[in-house]
Amino acid sequence: MDAPQTGEFAHIGKSVVIKGELSGSEDLYVDGNVEGKIELRNHSLTVGPNGNVKADVIAKAVVIQGKLDGAVNASERVELRKSAVVTGDVITQRIAIEEGAFLKGKVEIQKEAGKATGSATS
Amino acid sequence: MASVSDNVMKFFRSSSNTAGPAVPQKLTRRSSGMGEISRLLNSEEALCVLDMGATSANNIRFFTGKGHKNYSEDLLRSSLDPALRIQDGEGNTVVDSKKFLDENLVYPNAHFDVVLCWNLPDYMEESLVKPTIDRLWSVMKPGGFLLAFFHTRDAGPDSTCYRYHVTGGDVLEMQEVKFAPPGRPASEKQSPRLQRVFNNRHIENLFRDFASIKFFLARDAIREVLVVR
Repeated sequence: MDAPQTGEFAHIGKSVVIKGELSGSEDLYVDGNVEGKIELRNHSLTVGPNGNVKADVIAKAVVIQGKLDGAVNASERVELRKSAVVTGDVITQRIAIEEGAFLKGKVEIQKEAGKATGSATS
Repeated sequence: MASVSDNVMKFFRSSSNTAGPAVPQKLTRRSSGMGEISRLLNSEEALCVLDMGATSANNIRFFTGKGHKNYSEDLLRSSLDPALRIQDGEGNTVVDSKKFLDENLVYPNAHFDVVLCWNLPDYMEESLVKPTIDRLWSVMKPGGFLLAFFHTRDAGPDSTCYRYHVTGGDVLEMQEVKFAPPGRPASEKQSPRLQRVFNNRHIENLFRDFASIKFFLARDAIREVLVVR
């Protein structure tokens, strides 16, 4: 996945370093360094190939191409692309993992209302 | 009018011209050890499973689909971290096993019901094998199961290193593992080399603190070992 066009997402470029708590009501693309906490609730977080996130993340969807160190709670889905390096527990309804992605942690698949548990794809 | 043989040849030529890129063949193997673990997974609820192979969506789906908790930790890849390389007193480069265990397999005692070691001991740096097994003993529940595969003497140093995808029951799908050596680009990926071959006595010593050990001999130069904590 290429970097999204500016305007579609809030964009944190690769030279940006943020320490603290990030929250928002729009989708976020992080290609820089973020340390702290990211809370997007009904929106998605994409960690770009240069992204280095050391934070617990709460979002609707999380797509990771770079590095993420922290717990991920995505109410809808998590995608680990082939270059993803993730250290931390993942809680979500659906998870997709590309060949080559690295995950160190627990995966907990939450039941979608009215559907069966256990949805993971590669 | 074209002959039958001409038409047959035309068919094969056109088939080969339209063929897409080669798809890697999926190998499977039957695993008696996995069969025993599958029976446990089917009969118990909410078990804690540690998968020590390469991250596999297939395995996550399999375990979480049965209501168990899945933990992934690719120890072979972690053990290749260049930051673990240190110089010993004689100037040789060795792997810092203390640092390795400070950063990996960090779980509460008696946490896991099932540990899937796969072929890790055969491909891991020798100095890490015993400390890793000792740590696994600590993090496993009494009565928990550990499955490991060991090559027999018939296997050569270039034996392919596989990762294993659980497909259900006792069938495993095998996929070749390739890594770029530490500090080298991804284009230089290669299969890890078999580090050694353990004999039965070595394996029994490795797991001497465990309650019981069972060997299954397979036809593909692999011994499966199912150990109970």
